[in-house]
Amino acid sequence: MNTLPRWVLLPALLGGLFVLLPLAAMAARVQWSSFGALITSDASLSALRLSVQTSGSSALLCVAVGVPMSVLLARAEFRGLSLLRSLVLLPLVLPPVVGGIALLYTFGRQGLLGRQLEVLGLEIAFSTTAVVLAQTFVALPFLVISLEGALRTAGTRYEVAAASLGARPSRVLLRVTLPLVLPALLSGTVLAFARALGEFGATITFAGSLQGTTRTLPLEIYLQRESDPDAAVALSFLLMIVAVLVIAAARRRVST
Amino acid sequence: MSRLARSFSAAAVVMLLAGGCGGPDDSTSGAEDTVSLQVHAAASLQEPFEELGEAFAAEHDGVDVQFNFAGSSTLVQQIQQGAPADVFASANPENMDKLVEAGLQGSEPVDFTSNTLMIAVPAGNPAGVTDLTSLTEDGLHLVVCAPEVPCGAATETVEQAAGLTFSPVSEEQSVTDVLNKVTSGEADAGLVYVTDVAKAGSAVEGIEFPEAQEAVNIYPITTVKDSENAGLAQEFVDLVSGPAGQEILDGYGFVGR
Amino acid sequence: MSLQLRARVPERGVELDLAVAGGQTLALIGPNGAGKSTVLSLVAGTLRPARGQVELDGQLLFGERSWTPPHHRRVTTLSQDPVLFPHLTARGNIMFPLRSQGVPRTRARTEAGRWLAELGLEDLADRRPAMLSGGQAQRVAIARALAADPRLLLLDEPMAALDIDVAVTLRGQLRRFLADRTAIIVTHDVLDALTLADHLAVLDEGRVIEQGPTRELLTRPRTAFTASFAGLNLVTGRWEAGAVVLSDGARLPAPGPHPPGQEVHAAFHPSAVQLARTGGIRRTVTALLPHGDLVRVRTADLAADLPPQDIAELRLEPGATVHLVVPREAVTTYEP
Repeated sequence: MNTLPRWVLLPALLGGLFVLLPLAAMAARVQWSSFGALITSDASLSALRLSVQTSGSSALLCVAVGVPMSVLLARAEFRGLSLLRSLVLLPLVLPPVVGGIALLYTFGRQGLLGRQLEVLGLEIAFSTTAVVLAQTFVALPFLVISLEGALRTAGTRYEVAAASLGARPSRVLLRVTLPLVLPALLSGTVLAFARALGEFGATITFAGSLQGTTRTLPLEIYLQRESDPDAAVALSFLLMIVAVLVIAAARRRVST
Repeated sequence: MSRLARSFSAAAVVMLLAGGCGGPDDSTSGAEDTVSLQVHAAASLQEPFEELGEAFAAEHDGVDVQFNFAGSSTLVQQIQQGAPADVFASANPENMDKLVEAGLQGSEPVDFTSNTLMIAVPAGNPAGVTDLTSLTEDGLHLVVCAPEVPCGAATETVEQAAGLTFSPVSEEQSVTDVLNKVTSGEADAGLVYVTDVAKAGSAVEGIEFPEAQEAVNIYPITTVKDSENAGLAQEFVDLVSGPAGQEILDGYGFVGR
Repeated sequence: MSLQLRARVPERGVELDLAVAGGQTLALIGPNGAGKSTVLSLVAGTLRPARGQVELDGQLLFGERSWTPPHHRRVTTLSQDPVLFPHLTARGNIMFPLRSQGVPRTRARTEAGRWLAELGLEDLADRRPAMLSGGQAQRVAIARALAADPRLLLLDEPMAALDIDVAVTLRGQLRRFLADRTAIIVTHDVLDALTLADHLAVLDEGRVIEQGPTRELLTRPRTAFTASFAGLNLVTGRWEAGAVVLSDGARLPAPGPHPPGQEVHAAFHPSAVQLARTGGIRRTVTALLPHGDLVRVRTADLAADLPPQDIAELRLEPGATVHLVVPREAVTTYEP
């Protein structure tokens, strides 16, 4: 800390204010007298519930497929690996709306897999499943990028040692590799959850918007903006609180 | 200075102001040789207004008409927050009323055109929709606007007029979103404006229904108070509400007053 | 039971056969880059070359179309870095190989407890590696490696990272544990070889250039590297009338007898070497290095440990010519 030049304080402070000031400005606009009523309305509660449920499901889905993906990207060696990595991380830089369109052409009724899914009795369009898919699509790279980085930093020496002690590959993965990167896995999962919670563009493009089924908190906020800006501000504040709580909880888990 | 450099420095100035808790940001207005007329218009007006803009620019040397197309309520909010605007065209009277309540109108608003709802179905009408009643059939994927937005309010009106209860699979944010769900085939039917069906071309088919007349959507237009180009703004309003403007609007499915 | 190791890996320049008798320890020594660590990696399975083959005890560990994964080899490596799993306690680390082999939790716990006791680590059982000293961590690593019960234990300079006094204690413990285990140790330390290894193999450029019982090899080295590893001077010449005659004609009186004209090696300790005004073995000083109370005078192939007074008196410095003589009884001679 002592070696830091004093001038870094200024831009750092400016950056901090730049992030915090708008949040404070929004909080200042909250109509506290009606806040309780606004966030406990049917529409708000059902949007909040749906958001937490779908984001939780997305985070789990991200873990289920993201962990194997990260392990492969960090450990496997094959041609085209770096290309594959760039492609997998694409949703990170893609506008979510583009993701929504892509999902539509894949899982939609007229999409690439739509007919096959319909034959199987799975209808994705306009369902909560579509919301989870949209959120997973945009959130997955967050988990993969943080976990893959941690795996690379951790290196392979513990895994080599474990194999030398007679541990089968699955045991090495579950008992050595993953516990070693547990903090990164947790923070990656939280990031994915948070990203899913804030997901808007892909959801509205791909899943539609119906109270209790597909209208998550961000969609509800955007819709309320049309008719009731006060409600939109109250819900925005609520979403911010949920996000802060999630991050705080995750921080505590990671640091203990 | 290039546009990119200007945006970057504007953003940097804003950050500095944020740090100093500074006042309003007025660094965005660019001083150019040509006069630019800022027209804020409801998204549904995009095609006819762009055509009108070209006609207007052709008659006025050195005038550049710039449009901001968005949902009417978004536009009102933007104008309230100080976005530079000379003309405001709303997709319904309610949002125009908001502007008037805020005292931001430059002249008495004029109702210049109207639009009605229509059933839109994907080309070939796979679900065999015939009228409003067939929209209530089980398993039919109906997409409408959310009641919070004007087209949704109109939808509720026709629903009540017909004595029906729809159970849509999605209540979209805007009529464009509804149309997209229909053109992509995700939805079997959607309730949109006649003008949207006209715009979508062969991708969708339109089905008229009598109850639409219960929810005629009226479009008002006005100049914005404190416009730097008040004269030009009034000329544009006159063009839109005059015969030339009405002809162009009619060509896109709007029904003149 | 003895382990035969046969490795042919052209891309690494490795071509060797090694035998480790069951329950015995083989030390691998050789200059840097001789291929010692490569051999260990090939056996452990951490190195997978494109071509070649490695057999252990007749089993093909790796060949044209076959590959035995490391966890199936029952070969465990202990290196200078203990590589303890940071998320497990000392006990958890020792339980790891046992649980990997399917030993039930309670039994693994008991057995790990036994290993902890054996290495005097009972008090540290519940500590994480971050809370252990270097020596303690290495002892846990030893316990963990032994708990894996490998058919072959590979030790890659296990004491190189430790303080001398810690290394002494650990060496004693290792000697006890290696007594009835089959192991290969790579070391740069003659003390490790003497204490721990029954046999010694000297590697150079991927090949075995010398091998035999440790004591035999270290008292009668046949290569310059082995001699310097053992801390001995080694010269080669022909036996003539009670002396070894070197190629430059110098005579080194030594105990015999050998057939006249026989090529013989003569080994002697640097501390036995004395300086003479003339005669003896003529060499040019290349370096002077402190060596305990003495000064080690180095020449191209020989070393002499002399008192500092002598060095000062003779004004020895690099480039000077010296005449080295060795008392007859300090020389060991043997035929190649």
